[in-house]
Amino acid sequence: MESQKTDPLLEAIRITMPVMFGYVPIGIAFGLLVTHYGFNWLYSVLMSIVVFSGAAQFIAVALAVSGAGAIEIVLTMLFLNLRHSFFGLSLLNKFEGIGRIKAYLVLALTDETYALITGHNVPERVSSSRFYAYVTGLDHLYWVTGTAMGALLGKVLNMNLNGLEFSLTALFVVLSIEKYRSAKTRFPFIAAIVSGIIAMLFAGSQNMLLVSIIIGTFLLLVYEKINNGVQTDDR
Amino acid sequence: MIAEDVSSIDIIWIIVITALITAFTRALPFIFFRRRKQPECLKVIERDFPAMIMLLLVFYCLNSVSWGMVPYGLPELLCIFVVACLHIWKGNALLSIFTGTIIYMYFTNSGIITVLLTEIIRI
Repeated sequence: MESQKTDPLLEAIRITMPVMFGYVPIGIAFGLLVTHYGFNWLYSVLMSIVVFSGAAQFIAVALAVSGAGAIEIVLTMLFLNLRHSFFGLSLLNKFEGIGRIKAYLVLALTDETYALITGHNVPERVSSSRFYAYVTGLDHLYWVTGTAMGALLGKVLNMNLNGLEFSLTALFVVLSIEKYRSAKTRFPFIAAIVSGIIAMLFAGSQNMLLVSIIIGTFLLLVYEKINNGVQTDDR
Repeated sequence: MIAEDVSSIDIIWIIVITALITAFTRALPFIFFRRRKQPECLKVIERDFPAMIMLLLVFYCLNSVSWGMVPYGLPELLCIFVVACLHIWKGNALLSIFTGTIIYMYFTNSGIITVLLTEIIRI
């Protein structure tokens, strides 16, 4: 895009802004929920630091309060978070040789961070490890800050943030359009529409994303197999 | 409901379990392919996954919409349409995202779509 010298931190702040507008209000809601259940505010912040997964945290707290057993919690978490494994599969080479920061990038990978680092190019003359670390670190910071705000000031703030989380939906819409423009093949989008609709209709809301990713991956692999069998060079 | 019977030991355990499992699912592919050779099909995944997942995340965001009830997911669909049009027209990511979000916040907080829909149904 712009060919001028870009400061990697400023660029990271710029591209993570929509995530900030999503994470802070959802973090506030999480912090509020945990203190509402009567836990010390520190637990919500601690959880946001070490877990850093919105859906998992909300459901873990809900399960804990409903008195669910350890096995139920383990299985629910496992299925809920298995999508992260799929994200990692497509990042193996991107994160290769990235240095010591790799462990942090892997352990703090969220849906939104994945979308940002696969949807944006690393600015020129900036090391990818530094840029990815800024993006991941900023997203993490927004989440923890939001949680602390909700836990400490939630009742005082009384802000009307209804609907602000739509910025995450809008971010994914924008990044999908960008991906579509630069795409060499349209099939991933067709696979997403088919598997997305099937999963929305037939999978429970907790497993919708995982189910759609599994169906979509299957479609991608089958399509590749058929295409390679018929023609060897299609682009 | 306030859960007074959930002691602080329990919440610590919940945090530990959630953290460990989340870390495990994130690290799994990297641990698995640390020494193993990557199979051919991973190339397809590496190439096509970001595009597919991006669009699936849009679907995922729409997952909590109740399509059978007024306003039938119309605020979400309208705002996605605005974001997409604006982005195709201007190509400015932040402009598209913030405009869509502001309109969505207006829709949800004013309930205008619900009001309009019930008016239309009455006529």
